[in-house]
Amino acid sequence: MTLDLALFLVLACIAVASALGMLLSRNTVYAALYLVLNFITVAIFYLLLGAPFIAMAQITVYTGAIMVLFLFVIMLLGAENLPAPNALPWQKPLAIALAAALFAEAAYLLIVKARSLGNVLPPAEAINATENLRQLGVALFQNYLLPFEIVSILLLVAMIGAITLTKKEKGARNG
Amino acid sequence: MVPVDYYVILSAILFTIGVLGVLIRRNALIIFMSIELMLNAANLAIVAFGSVIESFSGQIFVFFVIAVAAAEVAIGLALIVEIFKSKRSIDVDQVSGLKG
Repeated sequence: MTLDLALFLVLACIAVASALGMLLSRNTVYAALYLVLNFITVAIFYLLLGAPFIAMAQITVYTGAIMVLFLFVIMLLGAENLPAPNALPWQKPLAIALAAALFAEAAYLLIVKARSLGNVLPPAEAINATENLRQLGVALFQNYLLPFEIVSILLLVAMIGAITLTKKEKGARNG
Repeated sequence: MVPVDYYVILSAILFTIGVLGVLIRRNALIIFMSIELMLNAANLAIVAFGSVIESFSGQIFVFFVIAVAAAEVAIGLALIVEIFKSKRSIDVDQVSGLKG
């Protein structure tokens, strides 16, 4: 077993375990922290796949900004521990069966139908960080300039939307 | 040498866990986190395939997905805060204002 494969398997176990921890934990703060661990393992996968820029963007945007926003909202609402809801009894088995069917279909299509997809590049070849960044920057600002600008407008719209949604209207009753 | 199939299977597992989270949990915040998990699983598959064909397009696409996810989180959390203000709860079963 090569070092790459061993690293992949260990990280995959951590990723799946932290995702399950997010799914099963009762406390919302713990769920958010499990998800942070999951995002960091995914960032390491990006490094292994030779995408250092995406790995850093993952850490700064997802674990740095998005999850901090989540934790902020959890604590703002005081929603750490919610009472267990009176769930429908047939809901959980049905959900598990549907998810299992989804996974079986995905595995069948991706593995059986699309056999011999090839190997990912070994990190030693894939990570040539400065070259990678330079090419990525050129591609982003030449071939993909229009989507880049549209995304910036989208972020602006989201920002204004979030402010409009949460601000109190003048003269409205306190809600 | 890691076959790309392993990454794809891992991505499928993470995506399925995200789907389970949306289906099982009733806490709006956990459902939202599960959606983030699904986005991440899809991103992982895209970067893995991009690494196989030695193209930058996958990484650039994932960059845009991350930006859109950030916008989505800002709006979604604002909506959850508003739901909490009016319902005093973020249990999605309580959000049944349109039910006759």
